[in-house]
Amino acid sequence: MTTKNTQKSEISGTTKSKKAAEAKDLVGFKRIDGRKVDEIRGPIKAKVGVVDNADGSAMYQQGKTIAIAAVYGPKKMHPQHQQDPERGTLRCNYNMISFSVTERIRPGTNRRSTEISKIMEWALGPVLMIDKYPNKVVDVHVNIIQADAGTRCAAINAAAMALAHAGIPMKNLVSSVAAGKMDKTIVVDLNKKEEDYEEGEGATDIPMTFTPDGKLTHLQLDGKINKKQLMEAIELGKKACKEIYEVQKKALKEIGEE
Amino acid sequence: MSEEKHRKIIVPGEVIVKGDEYLPGEGTEKKGDEIVALKYGLAEESNKLIRIIPLSGGYQPRRGNVVIGKVELITFNGWVIDINGSENAFLPLTEVPRYVNKNELEDVMDINDAVVVKIWGINKRGIDLSIKSRGLGKIDEGIIIEVNPNKVPRVIGKEGSMINLIKEETGCNITVGQNGLIWIKGDKVEKELFAKKAIEFVTQKSFISGLTEEIKKWFEEEKK
Repeated sequence: MTTKNTQKSEISGTTKSKKAAEAKDLVGFKRIDGRKVDEIRGPIKAKVGVVDNADGSAMYQQGKTIAIAAVYGPKKMHPQHQQDPERGTLRCNYNMISFSVTERIRPGTNRRSTEISKIMEWALGPVLMIDKYPNKVVDVHVNIIQADAGTRCAAINAAAMALAHAGIPMKNLVSSVAAGKMDKTIVVDLNKKEEDYEEGEGATDIPMTFTPDGKLTHLQLDGKINKKQLMEAIELGKKACKEIYEVQKKALKEIGEE
Repeated sequence: MSEEKHRKIIVPGEVIVKGDEYLPGEGTEKKGDEIVALKYGLAEESNKLIRIIPLSGGYQPRRGNVVIGKVELITFNGWVIDINGSENAFLPLTEVPRYVNKNELEDVMDINDAVVVKIWGINKRGIDLSIKSRGLGKIDEGIIIEVNPNKVPRVIGKEGSMINLIKEETGCNITVGQNGLIWIKGDKVEKELFAKKAIEFVTQKSFISGLTEEIKKWFEEEKK
């Protein structure tokens, strides 16, 4: 989009160059879907208690990405050789449903989902207090029923709510969001189109997870970025996580008032 | 301050109250001069002690709870019983007040039999059960229904007011297990089903205040 506008301004000549500069400025700040750089996707919806059979469950939607998390346990770890006699174990399972994307994906675990499951365990682990459940396991199953980038963040957000709903002792909730770099602009909460952005320097995706008091529990980086911009991106993500936390908190408080 | 004001829903990590005079109870932690929640639920204050009443989640076995379980396994010296908790509980043979031949344990309680038991103790190895008390023992007749374990206090009511009302109105004998299983025994199946309906009504309307009055009205309407 940026190059397209510069071409246009060259053709139309110097008289309109001021206007074109304004337009270019606008492109720098406005994104493909018209959001501001620090604006997260709407609508953000969160609901607790969506799976009746689970001990705790939650749905989290951000834009077109929807995740459903269900928590079971603490229950006895099976297989027995994986039991930890010193502390409880968190076991996450991330799964993208075959119809979640435009082109059907093969159902079942693959290399990507195994990786994200592990990432979720690392992101949620620091806030969970399951030391007092030796030989036990807390199972978290997350299904992505609709995907439009940022699925791991939606999965972590849903899982955090579901764990709280299951009555698992936690130090805090966690909220997750992805910041990114499109060409040279730092933006927050990328969607699929933005993630596939190829012009200029291309797109860099940085998913991160924060506790409400601003502590980082998970940070990933996919692409190229310099130190200064990375710090900028983290600050942007921190701000967005605060907004997400408010949504999670509200959802948890609403269910109890029913 | 009123009691209502002190009961609000708290999410993990949230500051419940500030002040050095408060003490952290169950599900809470003291951080500096703040009491911070570690669990999701209702925060309640009594005598400066803050504790959290869970609103959801599975059953947490506790010492002294009367529960209803199912015999899962027979061992040489007792029974392993599934009490809907995170682990199975053990009922030793010595709890049975009469002499039992070691090869005939299944005559006392067979696999899949339902029993009313009391949690006698919880230790590292597991949960120990007891049936040496009135009202405990094997269930022979009646129906068992399942409710959400978090709604058991509502079914029982304040000092048993709710459950006594249901007992009176339906003429059934009802035993409520803390793990969410309820045993109803009446002289007719219709009565038992009526009691079941009443309990289901309570669990559905559990969030209403003044529920005992509500259920009284419900009984009047149902009896017409």
